[in-house]
Amino acid sequence: MSEKYIARSSAIAARMLGSEMMIMSAADSTFFTLNEVATAIWQAADGRTPLSEIVAGKICEEFEIDPGVATRDAEQFVDELSQHGILLVSEQPILNPSSAPPPEEL
Amino acid sequence: MSDGKITGNEGFAIEIGGMPILLRTRDTCFRQLLSDRYAGFVSDLAIPELEFDIDLVEPSTEIEADDDVQVRKEGGGWLLQRGDFQAQWDTSCGRGQVRQSRNPYAIDSLLRIIHTLILAKRGGFLVHAASAVRGERAFLFAGVSGAGKTTISRLAPSDATLLSDEISYVRRERDSYLSCGTPFAGELARVGENKSAALRALFFLDKGPENRIEPLESGEAVRLLLRNILFFAEDEELVRLVFQSACEFVERVPVSRLTFVPDQRVWDLIR
Repeated sequence: MSEKYIARSSAIAARMLGSEMMIMSAADSTFFTLNEVATAIWQAADGRTPLSEIVAGKICEEFEIDPGVATRDAEQFVDELSQHGILLVSEQPILNPSSAPPPEEL
Repeated sequence: MSDGKITGNEGFAIEIGGMPILLRTRDTCFRQLLSDRYAGFVSDLAIPELEFDIDLVEPSTEIEADDDVQVRKEGGGWLLQRGDFQAQWDTSCGRGQVRQSRNPYAIDSLLRIIHTLILAKRGGFLVHAASAVRGERAFLFAGVSGAGKTTISRLAPSDATLLSDEISYVRRERDSYLSCGTPFAGELARVGENKSAALRALFFLDKGPENRIEPLESGEAVRLLLRNILFFAEDEELVRLVFQSACEFVERVPVSRLTFVPDQRVWDLIR
């Protein structure tokens, strides 16, 4: 099974409010509120770290979630956000993540 | 503030939220119609921030078609159009032209759009909400059609000043917000008072079996607020700014759900 790399799109606005990350697509105004686990994936989406590594290192370890469940949930989350252009997904490292905003940039 | 008299030769300023916009037309009847329509908001002292020349045209299929609002950047400014008007606004010089029929509501829509564009860059917004001042503090009552904006406006006690029963004006003032009266009326068909006050709270309305106020979590507050902010432009930069404005507003102003029984006792909670 091939690796999956994820990067934050530059066509979004995001902001941390309280313990929740709020993200809106600047293209279609779709609005998402991320919970703590989803926020951790979002913040780790640098285009260079494989999703499997993010799940193992950031999710399973920090939130004590079963690897199988964490992987399935992460794949589902990534698919949903990528459908709205909020996350970029590739089988290769995304080498130009500089165009993507840092996790909390507006 | 004038009592609605025409000032100047062919133009007069409509000042909403402290932002005067000069409208010019050579048609004296239409000028008087607008002057009467915006009577409480006509200013003969203000220096306008923007100026629009109105070109009245006869109704035609070209301009009367029931089109949706379109707002997009074009050249050095904005192109704004709906079924009953077409306007161009050159942002570099603050001037524009409007082609429209004699329908005064076309100007109403134009003013709303212009204010949303300007407010987006200044941290404010127009929102689907009734608003009122009580005890020198302003309160917003937001919600979609049927949520209770008209009802709560109608129930307002005599010591409350109604700023709007439909579209409220929120202006950023450093780390706080002002709510300003608007002439944009809803079902009450009553123009708001041209006053402003520091904003104390935003309530999302819901009719129910008892009166109660429940604070909203930030995420829910932002989601509901974004759903009620008026915004028409197809422009990613401004969408980001509106999102930023909504988040910053929620960080600074208490946002709650107000469930209410439609009688005057609900106003006992609004202080």
